[in-house]
Amino acid sequence: MLKYIAKRSVYMLFTVWIISILSFIIIQLPPGDYVTRLIGQLSAQTGGNMSAEYAEQLRLQYGLDQPMIVQYFKWIEGVVTQGDFGYSFLYQRDAGEIIMERLPLTMAISLGSVLFIWVVALPVGVYSAVNKYTLGDHIATFFGFIGLAIPNFLLALVLMYLSYKYGGRALIGLFSPEYQDAPWSVAKLLDFLKHLWIPVVIIGTAGTAGLIRTMRANLLDELNKPYVDTARAKGLTERRLLWKYPVRYALNPFISTIGWILPGLVAGEVIVSIVLNLPTSGPVLFNSLLNQDMFVASGFILVLSVLTVIGTFLSDLALAWLDPRIRLD
Amino acid sequence: MKENYMSVANTEQDVLSTSQAGYEFEVEDEAKLEMASQWQLMWWKFRHHKLAMISAFIIMMFYFVAIFADFFAPNSSGFYIAEYVHAPPQSLHLFQDGRFDPFVYGYSFERDPVSFKKVFEVDRETIIPVGFLVRGEPYALFGIIETDIRLFGPKTPGAPFYLLGGDEIGHDLFSRIIFASRISLSIGLVGVGLSTTIGIILGGISGLLGGTVDNIIQRLIEIINSVPDLPILIAIAAMVPIDWPIVRVYFIITLIISLRAWTGMARVVRSKFLALREEDFVMAARLDGVPRRRLILRHMLPSFYSHIIASLTLAIPGMILAETALSFLGLGLREPAVSWGVLLMEAQSVTVIANHPWLLLPALAVIVVVLAFNFFGDGLRDAADPY
Repeated sequence: MLKYIAKRSVYMLFTVWIISILSFIIIQLPPGDYVTRLIGQLSAQTGGNMSAEYAEQLRLQYGLDQPMIVQYFKWIEGVVTQGDFGYSFLYQRDAGEIIMERLPLTMAISLGSVLFIWVVALPVGVYSAVNKYTLGDHIATFFGFIGLAIPNFLLALVLMYLSYKYGGRALIGLFSPEYQDAPWSVAKLLDFLKHLWIPVVIIGTAGTAGLIRTMRANLLDELNKPYVDTARAKGLTERRLLWKYPVRYALNPFISTIGWILPGLVAGEVIVSIVLNLPTSGPVLFNSLLNQDMFVASGFILVLSVLTVIGTFLSDLALAWLDPRIRLD
Repeated sequence: MKENYMSVANTEQDVLSTSQAGYEFEVEDEAKLEMASQWQLMWWKFRHHKLAMISAFIIMMFYFVAIFADFFAPNSSGFYIAEYVHAPPQSLHLFQDGRFDPFVYGYSFERDPVSFKKVFEVDRETIIPVGFLVRGEPYALFGIIETDIRLFGPKTPGAPFYLLGGDEIGHDLFSRIIFASRISLSIGLVGVGLSTTIGIILGGISGLLGGTVDNIIQRLIEIINSVPDLPILIAIAAMVPIDWPIVRVYFIITLIISLRAWTGMARVVRSKFLALREEDFVMAARLDGVPRRRLILRHMLPSFYSHIIASLTLAIPGMILAETALSFLGLGLREPAVSWGVLLMEAQSVTVIANHPWLLLPALAVIVVVLAFNFFGDGLRDAADPY
């Protein structure tokens, strides 16, 4: 087990390193940089041409005049040694601060979505498998496919419209206006939880649908195995028969799919929060990407990816621990 | 010698399959079943999957309409009447005075005294007769055949005809959805073509060579799969210059979308190659001195074409959704190119949706197509292994 953990950790570090390079380079790919954009904007505002000297001065100040590889190493050194993510040109603030401000809410939504997926997929999947080809199963399957087919930003749009039409108020944001800038308190937390379910449900639907399908298929496989017949022949009640063994075997995907659900959840969170205007990482990341605010964008992609990779790593460990049949090499 | 060996293997498999497959095909008699080719067996099995059959039909309809979009759409995608900005959908009345004579009512509008907003109302006085095979704007079918016959439309060209409402410029949304299907549907196919090619090549190399190469490719796949894709897609899409021609943007967007989609295919191909490497017929071919290239293309690949086709079908909806999401964010295709995502871009804010809910209708097209592809792919996957 220890050897397995060590091996996986090395892989994980390697993955994170590659991601850090990718997330830095991708932002640099577009022609020009933030200064080009800034100068363009300033020129448009003042009507005159900003001097090339000023641009050079800005580049020097931000360290944009150096080759990309030097910039990368400076940046990653700051991130790793001091947790310094650089400076946001767009917001004129420390990039790390912006990221840390937005990250907890993103994590709350992503974890909430995972919980939602589990809580819904388990009973529905079991029901679907036990009552195969009944009306209930068909309904579950139907909604499962609908959930897979509707992209979550569309779902967000539709819910927004319905809530506006029938509730009189569009369900956007994560806080009621009166709590927007208030410090955290019990009342604010309750208000937050009241708003949280909407993005959680929207982001969780696709994953739920997928997991129901997997759960159903796995459980159906298990239910056909001889040990189930044996248990039934020995007189176990149907309830005990179902929950004690086959469901426990079929539970594996709940842990193992986190690996591929998590990136999807984070990506889904980005676009849904743009639509719903949530104060999470989505809108800021989007803006920083559009404006080539490179340190914020790279920092976000790095942090989100690292969290995802860690989540996957933990789910692999949990799986290895839960299921002794899984070989560790 | 080799031929002989193959045929023996086939009959053996067929004998096995008759007993198993007997449950699946109740109608077919055994002799017919034994003679049937793999593709025939697959077709028989697929035919029993009702939902997949219906979906296949729906998909074909969509592509058919997309190909002949000029004929099916009452207006061209650029046609607009500025007067009818955000006109609400007209309902089509089929009968007039008890006989079949389709028509729609015209609009009358007045200004809201407070907000100065244009308020549309159905004008029961004006009747716009609708007919089949009417003459509309001239177009060139496939760029060659010049004609102006459209499947249906208002009998007087240029009359307001907004079955699904109008957009913010006064375009006919119905026609636009039909034209948009061209890009939305083809981007899925082209993207899948690209990602399948990459997937087969890398997955094949990975599965055949094994060792270090395999390890590197597997790590690469793991990395790609563990990164939340959307931020990366946005970042790459954001670098496409605004002044690029549509065709180039189209291919760049397709390329971006396929870059992350090939991993699934590579995994399928790799695991198949790993399994096939140990098969007797591969060993036999190898011992017969078949060159590697021929071994792969002639013997190994054909044995899992069906699986490739199934997973390819299941990959298409993801592509369509990705393009829709990118265009919706304003990073994919842009006007004058229309895709369903581009059309949905207008429906971004609550106020717009609340006042003009029909702007969400392109989403319905997306959902229907994605669902159909999912069911179709599911049926294919079930049928892919008929033995």
